[in-house]
Amino acid sequence: MKFFPLIWSNLLRKKLRTVLTLLSIFVAFVLFSYLSAIKQALSGGISLAGANRLVVRHKVSIIQLLPESYKARMERISGVSLVTHQTWFGGVYQDSKQFFMQNPVVPEEFLEMHPEIVLAPEQKAAWLRTRIGAIVGRKTADRFRWKIGDKIPILSAIWAKNDGTRTWEFEIVGIFDGRDKGTDTTPLFFRYDYFDEARRSGFGKGLVGWYTIRVTDPARAAEIAKLVDAEFENSSAETKTEPEGAFVQAWVKQIGDIAMITASILSAVFFTILLVTGNTISQSVRERTGELGVLKAIGFTNGQVLALVLLESCLLAVIGGALGLGFGKALTALGDPTGGLLPMFFFPNHDLIVGLGGCLALGLVTGFFPALQAMRLRVAEALRRI
Amino acid sequence: MNESGRNDGKSPLVEVDGVEKVFHRGAEEIHVLKDLHLQVPAGEFLALMGPSGSGKSTLLNLIGGLDRPTKGTVRVGGESVDTLSDRHLAAWRARHIGFVFQLYNLLPVLTAERNVELPLLLTHLSKAERNRHVQAALAVVGLTPRAKHFPRTLSGGEQQRVGIARGIVTDPTLLLCDEPTGDLDRKAGDEILDLLQALNREHGKTIIMVTHDPHASARASRTVYLNKGQLSAEPVK
Ligand SMILES: Nc1ncnc2c1ncn2[C@@H]1O[C@H](COP(=O)(O)OP(=O)(O)OP(=O)(O)O)[C@@H](O)[C@H]1O
Ligand SMILES: [Mg+2]
Repeated sequence: MKFFPLIWSNLLRKKLRTVLTLLSIFVAFVLFSYLSAIKQALSGGISLAGANRLVVRHKVSIIQLLPESYKARMERISGVSLVTHQTWFGGVYQDSKQFFMQNPVVPEEFLEMHPEIVLAPEQKAAWLRTRIGAIVGRKTADRFRWKIGDKIPILSAIWAKNDGTRTWEFEIVGIFDGRDKGTDTTPLFFRYDYFDEARRSGFGKGLVGWYTIRVTDPARAAEIAKLVDAEFENSSAETKTEPEGAFVQAWVKQIGDIAMITASILSAVFFTILLVTGNTISQSVRERTGELGVLKAIGFTNGQVLALVLLESCLLAVIGGALGLGFGKALTALGDPTGGLLPMFFFPNHDLIVGLGGCLALGLVTGFFPALQAMRLRVAEALRRI
Repeated sequence: MNESGRNDGKSPLVEVDGVEKVFHRGAEEIHVLKDLHLQVPAGEFLALMGPSGSGKSTLLNLIGGLDRPTKGTVRVGGESVDTLSDRHLAAWRARHIGFVFQLYNLLPVLTAERNVELPLLLTHLSKAERNRHVQAALAVVGLTPRAKHFPRTLSGGEQQRVGIARGIVTDPTLLLCDEPTGDLDRKAGDEILDLLQALNREHGKTIIMVTHDPHASARASRTVYLNKGQLSAEPVK
C-alpha cells in the first residue's frame, strides 16, 4: 500500500492529539470487552441452552411448586423422550454473600438430561451409592477449596428437616466440569430422594420446583410445549412450558435487563468517542486545506482524497480499538472481578468480532464528513488559503 | 484581438483562446480575465507579469486545469482542458503538468524525497522505479544529500528546489511556476532561476512563470504583461 506512509505521517502530525484520541478509543474498547464479558456471564446460559430442552414451571410463578406426579404424565406425551426435575434449595454456605445455586435432582436422569455436565464415571458411581452425596461445579469447589470426601453444611432459607433444623449436610462425591466454555460450573447438585425424605412433612413434600423435558425433535418443541400445558390445564397447578433459553432468561431478568444496561452504557461511551474522534479528524483536515489543495493540483482525484481521509480515520480507530480489545481480552482472562460469583467470565469471540466491526464503523462514521469536505474542496480556492 | 503568441507554423503547446473568467463575491461580479488570448510554443520559457490582483494566478490555474474558464477555451498539447471531467482533469494534471508554488507547499510531515515522490504515487511505477525517478529529480536540483530531511530543516531556497523536483519528477509536458522566487532572497532566487533556465535549455521543458521581479523575467525567453484582464507584449504604464 504505497499511500500508507502518507496516511501514517498525517497521524503523526500532532502526536499529542493523536495519542489522546487513541487513548479515549482504547478505553472505550476496554470497557466494551469488560461489559461484554459481564453480559455473557449473566446471560450466557441463554445461548447455550439446549434447543431440544423445554422447561415446565408453575403457570403463576417460578417459585410455586409442581407435583412430582406430573413426571409420569409428561412422559406419556408423544415426542417427550426424557423428564427430570429440580427444586430451588436456596441455601448458603457459611455466610450469605457466598451465593451459589444448590438443587436436589435425580442423579441418573439429571446427568442424562445435561450432557454439558462432565463428571468422571467413578464419581457418578459414588454419587449413586452415597445418599447424602453431592456433586459441585469446578468453580465453586475451587472457590471454597472443597475436595472429594468433604462434608459441607448448607443452611437453607426455605427447607427445614424433619428435626426442625435448617442446616443440611452433604458429602462431596464429585466435582464436575463444563463441556462448553459457557457451561455454569458454580452449582451444587444433591440427591432428591434424600431431600424428599429428610424435608419436614407438611411443607412441600412430593412437590418439585420445575421440570426439564427433552423432546425428540426440536422442530416440534413449540407444539409439545402446548401439549404439556394442555395436559395440566384446569388442574390445581397449571403449567407454563418454555424453551430452556427463555427460562434462563426469566431468571436473568430478575437481576435486571443486563443487555439493556450494557447497551445503554456502551452507547453513551461510544457517542462520546464519536465526538472526540470526529473532532480530531475534522480539525486535522481543516488544518490541511492547503495541503489537500496541493495533492489535488498534483493530480490526486477527489475520490483519492476522500479515501485518504477515510483511511486515516479508520487507521486511528482500528489501532485504538484493536489495542483496547486486546487489552480487554487479556484483562478478562485474568479472572472474574467478583472473585467467583459469576458462573463464567470471559470475553466471547463473537463479541470480539463485533468489537472489531465497531472500530471500523467508528472510523468510517467519524471520517465521513471530513472526507466529504476534503473531497469537495476546490483546488484553486484551497491553494489560495495557504 | 490581442495576439501575443508567436506562430512558427506548428501548433503551439498552450493555446488560450477568448478566455473570460468571472468570480462572484456575494452579489458582486469580478471580471478578472476578458477575451484573453495566449499561445505558448513548446520549449518556451515564458514570464507572466502584472500588478497584484491582475489575474496572473487565475490564468495559470486555468492553463494548469485547476479551474475552468467562464468562457473561451484552453488547449494544452491539443487537449481541451476546459471540457474534461474532474476525474479526467486530475489524471491529465498528474501526467502533463508540474506545479511550483511561491510558498513551496511541501507536506511538512514528509521528508524531501517522500514529497518528491508524491506525484509518482499516482503512476504505476514500482517502488524501485519511483525511487530512481526521485533520486534523479533530486540530483537535477542538487539536493541529493538532503533527501531524508524534513522541510522545516531546509532553507527557503532548498525547499523551493524540493518543490521544483516534485514538479518535474513525472517529466511533465509543462511546468507552471507561480512566483517561484517571490519568497526568496536575491541569491537563493538566482539559484532557482538558474535551475529553471537549465530545465528549459538543457531538458527542453516548457515553462510558464508568474513573477513580479523584472530580474526574474529577464531570464525568460519572452515576457507578457497582464493588465485589466488582457495580455500585452509591453508593460502598461
Ligand atoms: N476564488 C475566488 N473568488 C473570488 N475572487 C477571486 C477568486 N480567485 C481570485 N479572485 C480575485 O481575482 C483577482 C485576481 O486574482 P489572482 O490571484 O489571479 O491575482 P494575481 O495576479 O495572481 O495577484 P498576486 O500578484 O497578488 O498573486 C483578485 O481580485 C482576486 O481577489
Ligand atoms: Mg498570484
